[in-house]
Amino acid sequence: MFPAELKYTKSHEYVKIEGNTGVFGISQYAVDQVKDIVYIELPKAGTELRAGSPFGSLESVKAVFELMAPLSGKVTAVNEAINASPEAVTKNPYVDGWMVKVELSNPAEADKLMNSADYQKHVETEGHH
Amino acid sequence: MELIFEKTKEGRKAYTLPEPAKCEPGVPDKYLRRNLTNLPEVSELQIVRHYTNLSKRNIGVDGNFYPLGSCTMKYNPKVNEDIAALPGFAKLHPLQKEEDVQGALKVMYELEDMLKEVSGMDAVTLQPAAGAHGEFTGLLIARAYHNSKGRTPTKVVVPDTSHGTNPSSAHIAGYHVVTVKSKDGNMDIEDLKAHLNEDTAVFMITNPNTLGLFEKNIEEIAKLVHDAGALMYMDGANFNAIMGVTRPGDFGVDIMHFNLHKTFATPHGGGGPGSGPVGVKGHLAEFLPVPVVRKKGETYSLDSNLPKSIGKVKAFYGNFSIMLRAYCYLRMIGCEGIRKVSEMAVLNANYMKELLKKHYNLPYDKICKHEFVLSINTFKESGVRALDIAKRLLDYGYHPPTIYFPLIVDEAFMLEPTETEDKETLDLFVETLIRIKQEIQDSPDTVKNAPLNTPVKRLDEVTAARNPVLKYEKKR
Amino acid sequence: MNIPYLPHTDEDIRRMLEVAGVSSLDKLFSDIPDSISYKGRIKLPSKVSEAELRKELSLLSLKNKNADEYVSFLGGGIYDHYIPSVVKHLAGRSEFYTSYTPYQAETSQGLLQIYFEYQTMICELTKMDVSNASMYDGATALAEAALMAYNTNGRKKVLLTGVFSPETIEVVRTYTKNSGITVETVAVVDGVTDLNSLKEKCTEETACVLVQQPNFFGCLEDVFEIEKLTHVCGALFIVSVDPLSLGLVVPPGDYNADIVVGEGQGLGNEMNFGGPLLGFFAAKKEFVRRMPGRIIGETVDKDGKRAFTLTLQTREQHIRREKATSNICSNEALCATSATIYLAWLGREGVREVAKTCASNAHYAAQLITKNPNYKLKFSAPFFKEFVIETNQSTEVINKALLFNKILNLIDLGRYFPDLKDCLLICVTEKRTTQEIEQLAEVLGGVK
Repeated sequence: MFPAELKYTKSHEYVKIEGNTGVFGISQYAVDQVKDIVYIELPKAGTELRAGSPFGSLESVKAVFELMAPLSGKVTAVNEAINASPEAVTKNPYVDGWMVKVELSNPAEADKLMNSADYQKHVETEGHH
Repeated sequence: MELIFEKTKEGRKAYTLPEPAKCEPGVPDKYLRRNLTNLPEVSELQIVRHYTNLSKRNIGVDGNFYPLGSCTMKYNPKVNEDIAALPGFAKLHPLQKEEDVQGALKVMYELEDMLKEVSGMDAVTLQPAAGAHGEFTGLLIARAYHNSKGRTPTKVVVPDTSHGTNPSSAHIAGYHVVTVKSKDGNMDIEDLKAHLNEDTAVFMITNPNTLGLFEKNIEEIAKLVHDAGALMYMDGANFNAIMGVTRPGDFGVDIMHFNLHKTFATPHGGGGPGSGPVGVKGHLAEFLPVPVVRKKGETYSLDSNLPKSIGKVKAFYGNFSIMLRAYCYLRMIGCEGIRKVSEMAVLNANYMKELLKKHYNLPYDKICKHEFVLSINTFKESGVRALDIAKRLLDYGYHPPTIYFPLIVDEAFMLEPTETEDKETLDLFVETLIRIKQEIQDSPDTVKNAPLNTPVKRLDEVTAARNPVLKYEKKR
Repeated sequence: MNIPYLPHTDEDIRRMLEVAGVSSLDKLFSDIPDSISYKGRIKLPSKVSEAELRKELSLLSLKNKNADEYVSFLGGGIYDHYIPSVVKHLAGRSEFYTSYTPYQAETSQGLLQIYFEYQTMICELTKMDVSNASMYDGATALAEAALMAYNTNGRKKVLLTGVFSPETIEVVRTYTKNSGITVETVAVVDGVTDLNSLKEKCTEETACVLVQQPNFFGCLEDVFEIEKLTHVCGALFIVSVDPLSLGLVVPPGDYNADIVVGEGQGLGNEMNFGGPLLGFFAAKKEFVRRMPGRIIGETVDKDGKRAFTLTLQTREQHIRREKATSNICSNEALCATSATIYLAWLGREGVREVAKTCASNAHYAAQLITKNPNYKLKFSAPFFKEFVIETNQSTEVINKALLFNKILNLIDLGRYFPDLKDCLLICVTEKRTTQEIEQLAEVLGGVK
């Protein structure tokens, strides 16, 4: 279900690690939970992010969800296109729907994240609440 | 419907103005506006038709039962409107000399007195313009009080059933917000204890709470709060339930706000203006906003000489014409009526609750105060939610209850009938809700597609928020 | 005993108690501990009949000197402009004034459309991109604008330049002091901003520069220079305006203001002894998601029909709680409704005419008054509808003489500004007739 090449957080963000760069976004599960995304607030390039701390937020019509950084590092690129059309995130959160690219300051933190199989289990237990 | 701008015809005018003095306007060229505005060009009758027709696309308490929980949509007496419109009240400038506005100052002074008496508080400011504004004012008073004692606690504790304004006001007053859990519809005392310490500035309570239940451990709660060195704030949004029965000042509240636009029968105006006076116990009176109204002999004055005052939270003295309406209301019901108002509000709520609990899920089945909360979570099969029933009620000519609040109730449906509604109205409303339940069984889509008889149907709110169109732009 | 507004008959009460399963009215409160029950009767005055109330309050209202019976040259933010009859008749429709905030859009299209029209009109007047649906008053709108600037750029210094009413400055201080913000003022020369002082004080720590145009003394500030000095430091430029002045005076959108606020009472609302008032709040589009207060947007219903709704609600307290952009909930919606109807009545031409009439009347008054050597204009800056005169006569004696002639007191600036102790603020709206202006000059001239 969830792409195997990605790592996941309990709060449903993913990171794609490409060398020293991490690409952050949210999983398909998170997209399904929010339903209609109307706005995504993202940090500016150059912002320092800390793993586990908020780096932005996602809004539906009547709710706000914080986005938590999977890993620490400095934002190098921001996907501005998704605010013009949040549908990009809804349709394909892993490709067009990426949010920020981050120069990782401590790639070893990735060891604490879940792989796709563990994340799958996490989602299933959460769904049963 | 067309916007007023779309009725424009170049050169058409509604206004008449007196001849100006024979003198140039005197504003130098560099300060002049270059282009005219695109305000509409319409006749007076067009304006009258337009806004009259718009009024038909709106409902209010005067035309429709409006059991909107936590909002106390009671009848707004007409005489109050007439009195507020008297030139001797409406056409007063706030910077007139005190001796020229003695009547207005008397109204303020006496309203303060009446609010003190009803609440058991020792001093009142009328300056805040709304409930949230009152919360902000009260929290600044608490901060000034702590500072005067050489303390700087940093957090405000709120229950998980609190109104959204509570944490929001605390944040703007510079505090961190901590949430306490509920248990069986009341405050979880153990959780409260865990959150109270020397760093707690204020505990904000709503009593009765937003489930419509009285916090019966209020004395213990007050003691815990005070022992921690904190102050107890009461959100007075639900004050309509307990007037003449018990007084916040007597159950340990240090600061509270009143919503004149809820409890004291002033109209909501389609969202405002309201008025949110704040009452405090004696030890906090020196921190109230300035000016305060004083009386010496038969003369009233405005006193700004309060060295420890928090300052001003609003220009001038507050929403005077709203205070005036509340004053009239209190004079009309008098000492004879004040408890009766709460008794009838609570009677109406309990009557409706008992009739409805046979048909809908009532998560907290106990005696309620002025409101109660149903949970619309028993129709999962048909997929009908609280929102759907609310929308279906619109078809039957009712304003629906508050939905999805408080947050701790699944599919919350919060009903507050108020005391001004008669038994027949409540009976019809209950019958309608029973009929809707039948509709859910027979034709759930009717309910899910409601409303069907309103000027517009359900709105596309996603597009509205994604690509906001916030003003009219002339098509060129 | 008949208590007004309660419909219950004894029989109703009996039957309803039975259904509620409670034996008496007192038992409805059995959850309230006896130790805190209020014993006896709350000490309020005894109830009165409607006839008695009306008589008493009518008489009481006569103890106030009102602007219908007396002539008013009072201003300073609250103005005696004419309110056309249509405003009260339409805003007074109870479908509007007895309704709550339009959360149920399907049966609130009337008000939602009015607020949308209001937002459009505020944008038209100010030439800004977006407006909210109202704030408590001009002072709190200004304070919230300062907070918004701080939340936007994280800078902690708020700079007030030019002249604001002392009330306004106090409100800004009260609102900002717990966010770690410091409020500074800029020197004033000849009734307006000292641009050198502004240049010195505006730094990279400045979150925003606030200016009122025209300022509290009625003087027009050099907003063009102030804008340059503000934006050079990267601060936000916040302008507070008299909305009716914008029929004649250049709108803030034309000189690159970031946020525009002001007091809108003069737009079809009574003075009401200072409340309710109407704060308005407009901004450039880029700031819309940081704005306080309710905002209405246009959309369609599911049949594709035009409809209006509250939008961008995630900014607000009922959703974002402690992270909301502001704690405001109830606003001044009915005052905004009155303003909308008033502006529709004035229309494109009328709003310019009323502004021009105010300015002509004010300049006529200034000329006439200063013909007497005992009075001179205090400041040389151009003005709109208000101006300051300095006199060698006692201001107290002047105000007594005015009252004797059925003219309300003038604002004695010495009460607020120690160096202006012989100065009076005079406001002349379109309502003041040439005859009234001449009478004012005559009474002033007669003071010895």
